[in-house]
Amino acid sequence: MANAVGLQGEAIKAVPVRHPGRWVAAIVVGAIAAYIFYTVVTAIQNDHTKQGSGWAAVGHYLFNPLIFRGILVTLELTVLAMAVGIVLGVILAVMRLSPNPVMSWVSWLYIWFFRGTPVLVQIFFWFNLNLVLKSIDIGIPFTSFWLHANTNTLIPPFMAALLGLGFNEAAYMAEIVRAGIISVEHGQTEAAQALGMNRGLVMRRIVLPQAMRVIIPPTGNETISMLKTTSLAFTASVTELFTRQQQIATATYDVLELLIVASIWYLVMTSVLTVGQYYVERYFGRGTLRGMPLTPFQRFRRILFTFHAPPPAPVEVPVSLPRGH
Amino acid sequence: MTDVPMVKAEAVHKSFGRLEVLRGIDLEVAAKEVMCMIGPSGSGKSTFLRCINHLEKIDAGRLSVDGELVGYQQRGDRLYELRDAEVCRKRSEIGMVFQHFNLFPHMTALDNLIEAPIRVKKESRAVAAERGRKLLERVGLGEKVNAYPRQLSGGQQQRVAIARALAMEPKLMLFDEPTSALDPELVGEVLDVMRGLAEDGMTMVVVTHEMGFAREVSDSLVFMDGGVIVEAGNPRDVLANPQQERTRAFLSKVL
Repeated sequence: MANAVGLQGEAIKAVPVRHPGRWVAAIVVGAIAAYIFYTVVTAIQNDHTKQGSGWAAVGHYLFNPLIFRGILVTLELTVLAMAVGIVLGVILAVMRLSPNPVMSWVSWLYIWFFRGTPVLVQIFFWFNLNLVLKSIDIGIPFTSFWLHANTNTLIPPFMAALLGLGFNEAAYMAEIVRAGIISVEHGQTEAAQALGMNRGLVMRRIVLPQAMRVIIPPTGNETISMLKTTSLAFTASVTELFTRQQQIATATYDVLELLIVASIWYLVMTSVLTVGQYYVERYFGRGTLRGMPLTPFQRFRRILFTFHAPPPAPVEVPVSLPRGH
Repeated sequence: MTDVPMVKAEAVHKSFGRLEVLRGIDLEVAAKEVMCMIGPSGSGKSTFLRCINHLEKIDAGRLSVDGELVGYQQRGDRLYELRDAEVCRKRSEIGMVFQHFNLFPHMTALDNLIEAPIRVKKESRAVAAERGRKLLERVGLGEKVNAYPRQLSGGQQQRVAIARALAMEPKLMLFDEPTSALDPELVGEVLDVMRGLAEDGMTMVVVTHEMGFAREVSDSLVFMDGGVIVEAGNPRDVLANPQQERTRAFLSKVL
């Protein structure tokens, strides 16, 4: 007699458990944050080392044209270094998993070396290559076909930083891509092989697109990390954001102010990348969920919409995505 | 029949390390014949099936499909290993259906069907899509053209997988326990598609535990155990009146 008590399946009304610890934690954290914030703000406000500009200087330098030119170089360097890293990384990962032992070993050696030495050392190496190698000659032995280039013209500072950052990144990307490839179930490869697809096709059309789901999050991570690591190009006298703020700071003594300006811009750029990563992940996650979760923007629109309408029934989210071919 | 058999195996051996999985398999599958292979797990029937399209390399014996050796070429009395391109070409003529479907999850049902025809057989998208739609219609999934595998039930996925194999217009279809991963009420819809295929004259080798299907649809039945063929013959005879003790013991457990 399950219904003898007269329960008709009403919604449960119960007194929720109280969490006083959370309130204590919030107050402690809030107090510490307020103290740190206050200290920094007033310290900069009272920075009378030069013009006594303080926060006004931060606002002033934030839109300085030199800073903007630095930002542009930083973005260029990030995009190009990541492009080198991703392309080379995919090649290295495929080589690493190749049945050809020569390929596999070359890839292993590359990763071992470039992951095992500091990226700062690598940037310095390319920057100073002209000390030992005055010119670079590439050609076919025993023929007259030879290309000759002065090392300094071939590897200007920007190129030195790009090679250092890109080649180093490739080693990390190779491991990320390899992890992605391994994560794809072997049955996928077998099914594709059974259809007559060759190794290249299986990799390009079946395995890599599925590996993307595993590859994208750490790659986004790497890109954000790269954006900040480009500041090391400072050592190769590349005029990116960090170098620019340093130049202005040396001239004006507004050291802390300019560091804050640079930090604000780095934060803005990494925030944009974070949003971009969200959408890329969504795209490569298609087919893995029965319906796609809403984007924050779609959710926001739905909230606005439901303000004027009666509560809607749960809506089936259609999977409609731009298809790339 | 004087025709060349579709599959011919002579003393086929296969080992994984020290474990001998196939210990001398001899059999013939004629064109348009449906052969079912039954036996306890680990008996080597799936391995044999995978040898037919060279997903596994055999260690000894001779295995040929449609008169051509699998994975090798004979010139004089010497065997030459086939190049990858050649292996791929031969695989493209043999359809295979897996226990776990192995549909490509990042592609819609139709894209699953047209991928290989476009990339391997270099068909135009229009031609491939036209046939793809017809095949999905044929397996009863005409309205699921744009569905992703994850949105389909197990039975539906397996039917798409069968259609995907058929899209390459194979001369031979291999089924590796196609209903073993399905909920019982979904088994029927997959077997119906396979039955239709058999009636249309497709040559099929089916590794299965569905004795009813074996009895009604197949032309011949092979019982394997311990890497050898224990008993083979007309399915009704073998199932109703097994000659070997091991066959009797196995059937008494599954029937």
